[in-house]
Amino acid sequence: MDYDVIIIGGGVTGCCIARTLSRYDLKICLLEKESDIASGTTKANSGVIHAGYAADRKYKKRKLCIRGNELFDQAHKELNFPFKRTGTLVVALEERQIRDLVYKRNYGTEDGVPGLEIIIDKNRIKRMEPQLTDKVIAVLHAPSGGIVSPYELTFALAENAHINGVEFFREHEVIGINKIVAGFEVETKPKKFTSRIVINAGGLFAAEVSRMAGADTFEIYPRRGEYILFDKGLIHLNKVLFPMPTRLSKGILASPTIHGHVFIGPNADNILDIDDISTTTRGLKEIISGGVMLVPNLPLNAAIRNFAGLRAVSNTIDFIIEATEMVGFVNVAGILSPGLTSTFAIAEEVVRILIEDLGEELKEKEKYNPYRPKPEHLSDFTKMKLNQKIMENQAWGRIICRCETIPEAEIVDAIHRPVGATTVDGVKFRCRAGMGRCQGGFCMPRVMEILSRELDIPYKEVTKRGKGSHYLVNKVLCIKLTEDSKESKEVAEK
Amino acid sequence: MKSLDIDIAVIGAGSAGLGAAIEAKKQGMDVLILERNDELGGITLQCIHNGFGLKIFKEDLTGPEYIQRFIDEAKELKIPYKLDTMVIEITEDKEIYAVNKKEGFLRIKAKAIILSMGCREKTRGAINIPGFRPAGIYTAGQAQRFVNIEGYIPGKTFVILGSGDIGMIMARRLTWLGCEVKAVVEIKSYVSGLIRNQVQCLEDYNIPLILNHTITKIHGKERVEGVTISSVDQNWDRIVDSDQYIECDSILLSVGLVPENELTTKAGAELSNNGGPIVDDNLETIMDGIFACGNVLQVHDLVDNVSEEAKRAGKNAAIYVKERYGKEQIKKDHIKIIPGINVGYVKPDYVNFSNLENLLHFHLRVKEPDRDVIIVIKEVNKIVYQRVRSFVIPSEMIEVRTKFKLEIISPNCRELKIEVLPVSLLEVLDEVG
Repeated sequence: MDYDVIIIGGGVTGCCIARTLSRYDLKICLLEKESDIASGTTKANSGVIHAGYAADRKYKKRKLCIRGNELFDQAHKELNFPFKRTGTLVVALEERQIRDLVYKRNYGTEDGVPGLEIIIDKNRIKRMEPQLTDKVIAVLHAPSGGIVSPYELTFALAENAHINGVEFFREHEVIGINKIVAGFEVETKPKKFTSRIVINAGGLFAAEVSRMAGADTFEIYPRRGEYILFDKGLIHLNKVLFPMPTRLSKGILASPTIHGHVFIGPNADNILDIDDISTTTRGLKEIISGGVMLVPNLPLNAAIRNFAGLRAVSNTIDFIIEATEMVGFVNVAGILSPGLTSTFAIAEEVVRILIEDLGEELKEKEKYNPYRPKPEHLSDFTKMKLNQKIMENQAWGRIICRCETIPEAEIVDAIHRPVGATTVDGVKFRCRAGMGRCQGGFCMPRVMEILSRELDIPYKEVTKRGKGSHYLVNKVLCIKLTEDSKESKEVAEK
Repeated sequence: MKSLDIDIAVIGAGSAGLGAAIEAKKQGMDVLILERNDELGGITLQCIHNGFGLKIFKEDLTGPEYIQRFIDEAKELKIPYKLDTMVIEITEDKEIYAVNKKEGFLRIKAKAIILSMGCREKTRGAINIPGFRPAGIYTAGQAQRFVNIEGYIPGKTFVILGSGDIGMIMARRLTWLGCEVKAVVEIKSYVSGLIRNQVQCLEDYNIPLILNHTITKIHGKERVEGVTISSVDQNWDRIVDSDQYIECDSILLSVGLVPENELTTKAGAELSNNGGPIVDDNLETIMDGIFACGNVLQVHDLVDNVSEEAKRAGKNAAIYVKERYGKEQIKKDHIKIIPGINVGYVKPDYVNFSNLENLLHFHLRVKEPDRDVIIVIKEVNKIVYQRVRSFVIPSEMIEVRTKFKLEIISPNCRELKIEVLPVSLLEVLDEVG
């Protein structure tokens, strides 16, 4: 056997399971079909850490959300990802909705959600969130709710898992799973792997993966949510703001991001195509009208990006976290909201399944290191400290991304970190170069240059996010006298 | 931390920064230019088409030829400059914090500062185009850099959204390179760029210009595969059942430029509705001794106009250092210039009463195209300036140069309103009163 455990899927769930299991004496690898981890649902969601009062009591996701929320403080200390308990507000705009807030508060408090409070004093509400609509009647305040950068959390998990021995294979799409004696053979496009245990964290593709292994027990349906992100500095929100929820979703919320932007979204659109992450005119209009209900002063003319993500909805509605009839094959599927909040609790649940259902005797490693250092950011430095950093390494003094003030040193670090960036999007999501208001207008060619140099690949081969997403088609002629000029000369000679 | 003191710091070494620095130096100032790129010249370096310098040099130059004359002059005058140097912060005391890789963190104390950081292009997000987010979507300027500086072609078949000047110029450039430009799609009923570019870049090459249309969906998951365009009504809302699909592997966006004023607002200067800082007729912002010129102040049509504006900023900054720096500031005697009927914005935002008799330069853009108009400046209802024009369009900036006789303007004047009225309307007004 090549491995004790293979994890399929490099979203936040897969990476969190990898990191949690890396504590034990197991040989583990993770397979991701895309060119980078955190490329699917993880990349495009609300990034909200829920307090846990929302889901119905009959679902296990309620318990996992409350537990998962608690686990964030410790994880944050160890992994240094951007996270803040801002508190969340459910906003009632009509008297009759207060009754619903009371249910939420009472059941939530009973189940251990800390600090839930209904506020009807308008002055107090406005002090908490000055941008909230004047039409507010009451709010349910949940101080333990917060915001996180979901992809930076995932990178932190993967980096930490990697230093504890987990191997990562990107651009390894699983195309078949065969039962072999005492384990499985997992077939990917580049090569085959064998393992005693397979954990399916395939997100939108989890049902397909499960069927490959012979466990045809559930279905996954994509439910799309669209978002609009606004420029920094024009509006500030203190809290995550929810409307009263609907049957399909928690409704269109308005929220600060951990990096100081404000976003609105998502809508909830059941679609057929499992990779249709396109935004729509109708959808964008829908979220704008939802957003302004909560925050009338949204800077609608200062949007910097719209995007869409897909929730992986299972036919059971609830999370599916279970060992299957195919002994050694574990499904972790249907992880939609509050999946991000629950992530550490889901990983705990997987450990429990390994021990109780699969009879694994998990032994802790002697040299497990739970810490992942915080990536160094120019924005965190004092002037003196930055001066000293530039003296040590000139790359700190060369600013590549102007909007977010990202120096070359941070981009090089994003590339050379464990499970580092290999594409322009990989750099963008790790260190924010290209995330600002110009959306890479100036820095993208320079980021491409750095990727080409650091990874030793031709400039033309640098992609947005892997196979098929090339930026450049042809060489014009040799205008710039760089390393490439030799190559052009050769072409000219031919 | 390295620290230095100078008379005038110029931020940005494009056509605005170079022009301002040269003039300030000629006025005997100790000048320093800070440039974030690795060479002098700014965006003009990648504009290898011609049409530059007709006004200033009476010659038809390419962008690099035009800017080289300024680079040469700056070097002859031995104006010091720092390349690869990014200004992080400007304080209201005119302290500049900047970084570069050789010197680390720099603190520069200046007596006056000239802001000349230019502008940037609006992106897809700014106009909320729905659809997928594949590779193959570029701003026109980004594509221009790939082709003219890096030497790479970013696609084979293009649809260009927006009819800004760079977009139209890139349509021609890409056609020369053997690419196919399938259409230039413009949401308005008229082009956003100069008429000369519409003729020379689109019509001469039979590139279809589709007005009153916009992209309503981008197709292609990894790389662009096509776009859906739809016609729009007067409110720019999509008209149902007007969709058509165009196959292409790239999209260029030429949907407008925005002055780049992050540093300006951090320093405490306010912006007006065009995105540029509020300035008086000396091109001085509301921050004492901080001046602005070029596209950071207002997006110009022609680089020649940038150079002229820069020269004024350089001169006025020098006068400030010589006459006003370090002295207690007299209370500013400002007349507010208000954009009235069919005026999108006007620069300057204020005129000093004491400057009324000097030659004043007003720059404005209309909101809507119109024919047979009269440009008027009014103090309440009294017309103090008027000029007839046969045609106005938002894409062509209007310049008004005038001096005022003091006896015309009342000593208590606090506001002047500038308007672009149909000639017929003016006649009606006259009759009324």
